[in-house]
This record gives sequence, C-alpha cells and structure tokens, in this order.
Amino acid sequence: MSLRLLLFVLATMMGISFGWAQEAAPKPDRSATGGAQTLEDIMARQRGEAVDNGFRSGATGDPDSAAGLAQQLGTLGGASDPELWRALRFGSANITATNNGPAATTLIQDGGMRWLQFREGPLLTYGGYLLLGTIVLLAVFFLIRGRIRIDGEKTGLTIERFKPVERFGHWLLAGSFILLGITGLITLFGRKFLIPAFGHETFAFLAVGSKWIHNNVSWAFMLALVMVFVFWVVHNLPSRTDINWLLKGGGIFTKGHPPAKKFNAGQKLIFWSVIILGASISASGLALLFPFELNMFAATFAKLNDFGISAALGMGELRTTLAPHEEMQYAQLWHAIVSFVLMAIILAHIYIGSVGMEGAYDAMGTGEVELQWAREHHSIWAAEEEARNAAQGSGNRATTPAE
Amino acid sequence: MKSMLSAFLAIAVIAVGSNLILGQAGFSSQERGSGPAVRLD
Repeated sequence: MSLRLLLFVLATMMGISFGWAQEAAPKPDRSATGGAQTLEDIMARQRGEAVDNGFRSGATGDPDSAAGLAQQLGTLGGASDPELWRALRFGSANITATNNGPAATTLIQDGGMRWLQFREGPLLTYGGYLLLGTIVLLAVFFLIRGRIRIDGEKTGLTIERFKPVERFGHWLLAGSFILLGITGLITLFGRKFLIPAFGHETFAFLAVGSKWIHNNVSWAFMLALVMVFVFWVVHNLPSRTDINWLLKGGGIFTKGHPPAKKFNAGQKLIFWSVIILGASISASGLALLFPFELNMFAATFAKLNDFGISAALGMGELRTTLAPHEEMQYAQLWHAIVSFVLMAIILAHIYIGSVGMEGAYDAMGTGEVELQWAREHHSIWAAEEEARNAAQGSGNRATTPAE
Repeated sequence: MKSMLSAFLAIAVIAVGSNLILGQAGFSSQERGSGPAVRLD
C-alpha cells in the first residue's frame, strides 16, 4: 500500500499521468466538486453506463502531507474519511484482519454485482433456453426421422462392443454427470424459480442436499473422465474415414451408413467434447471446491491479452488484477457456461443412445451388439471383429447367439 | 446391467468417502478462514 501510494505521489509530482488520464475521451468537468464525483457521474452509473473510476480510485489520501500528530486531524494520517472509504472501495487500503485467508482483507468488491446480475440474468436465461431448445430439437428430429432402425435382417448373433470395465467407466461418468447436472441446475435456478414455486424451507433442504451431492460426486466424475479417456482415446484419434462420414452427415438423413471404425466421427466429436469440456468443468470445479486456492482467471486473462485473443474478440484488454472473490465468480460462471454446453451435447448423446437408434443401447447395456447393427453403423470395425473371431475359430466368446 | 449398477454403487461410495476425507483435509472454510485469534465454535 505505502509503496503504491509513494509511486502515485512521485508520478503525480513528476507530472506523469496514468493510463486513464491519457485516454482521448473528453474529461468531464468536475471543478464544481473540486475533483470529486459529480451528479452526472452518479446518474451515469445509475443508468448502467460504464464510468471511468480512475479519477477517484487513486484519490486515497497522502500520508506524506499529513498534519502533525499533535495538530487537528493529525491522527487521520493524511487521509480523510472519504479517502479511507475510497481505498476500501477500490481495494487499495492496508487492511489487517484477525481471520485468515486470501479474501479476509477484501472488504468491498463491486465485481460481485456484475456477477450476480450475469448469473441470474443471461446465464440463467440463455442456459435454460439452450437446454429446452435442445430437447425441442431432439423431439422434432424424432418426429421427422423417427427411430433409426437396423435396415438389414437381424442375424441373431451379437459381438462384444464394450468390456465390463469400459461400461463401468461409462456409467460412472454418466451417473455422476446426471447427478451433477441436476444438482447444479437446482443450485442455479433456486432463487429465481424454485424458491417462488416451493418456498424457502423446501428449497433450503434441496439446496443443502444438492451442495452435498455436487461437491462429493464430483470426484466420481473426475475419476471416470480419466478412465474413459484412457480406454477410448486410441479409438477416437481422427482418421480419414471421419471426413467421408461427416460429408455424408453420418447417413442420418440418407439411406445407408458411411463406413466407420469403432467410433464414427459423430461419436468422436462427443468423446472430445466430453474430455475437453469435462476437463474444463473439472478445473473450474476444483477452484470452487477449494475457494481462493486455485486462482486461474487472472493468469488466463493475462495470456489472452498477450496472445491478442481478447483484442481479436473485441473484448479489449482484460483485467489481470482480480479480487479473490472475482476469481471465484469467474470460476463459477465458466463452470456453469461450459456445463450448459456439455449438458446440451449429452442430451443429444442420451437421445441417440436410447430411443433414437435401435440397437444402440445394447452397447452400454449388455456390452453385446447385434452383428447386423455393427455391420451397418461401424462397418470397418465389424469386419475387423468378424475376421478376428473367424481366425480364432468358432465358439469364441465374441460371437454368441442373441437371447 | 451389472456394470451400470456397480458404477452407480461406486458413485455413492466415492461420494461418502470423499466427504469423509475432505472433512479431514483441512480445507473447510472454517479451518481456512480462522486462526489462533478467531474462535468459531
């Protein structure tokens, strides 16, 4: 604090103006208030306009010009009460607190208001519409396309698609994700929808339960994410067949199926979405599980500035000094935004793996799929499996009559 | 089906287990936020 103040005083004495003073925008006339904020500043802020606080964030007093201790006002140490409050408001006051933790000395942080408004505004609205829109689109798709049937004659034979441990990993991920999704939505939609609908007491019960489930089930999700990555990454590396598959739209709207290996390009997209978005959700989730311990956003913003990404996206220079609470607020928003995207993707995945396609569920249910289904949807993989089974002779484990 | 049910069981076991472990890991807000000069209970 004292060093910053000293620099400020030195810079002012040497006539060096700070960045905010160099902006080309015309300076508001504050002579009537002696440089303090004017009615126009207050009104602009109330209209929700961006107000440059530079003119007052640094005006936090000057210990060097303090009156002597024995004089009147000497005990104030060169800072008036408004200047002290300004230092608190802009986070530059030298605060000592008896409680510990990185956030203990942040007494006022106005980033919280922006976070609250975004969280209960755009985040909730667009997030909700994204999920509802996805469900509606899937319903429309089902009405138009119907269930994707197995075209050919069923053979009555099955081949193993997923081993028990792979299915275990899948369901560990799926079960935990659904629990985390539902409890996360309860937490986000509580104040706006659930409290008005069910009252405070019911929601308090729901919220405490949701928090417990969300915090503790998260570990199962993270473990399962690592498991499925290890199991399936080899089969999800891009290959030439993916281009053809994508060009033909996966055969969703046409007769016949483009050839595919164990996973087609659509499944690969789902896989990498789950891995990348899931890892991002896990990282921001860990930051939320251990508050103030894992601060990632100031560093990320600095990187985005350095690489010119924020400028390219029209966001200008992002702030790289964040209050501890702001780190948590950004972590929460990022956590929720990425989760909404992944939830929408997973809704489509659940649809196509259950009602959307005949024979698909068996892959994760029993692990055994109808041979004809495999030949149609994963022709290259099915041919390889059949060749391998034939080489091993009849009566092998992989080809068994369907029940 | 067995894989699915055992995975769901594992979720419950992991959740209860992590709750026990995290409670003792010293990362509760109470432990992180208090010090010798603060008595919370």
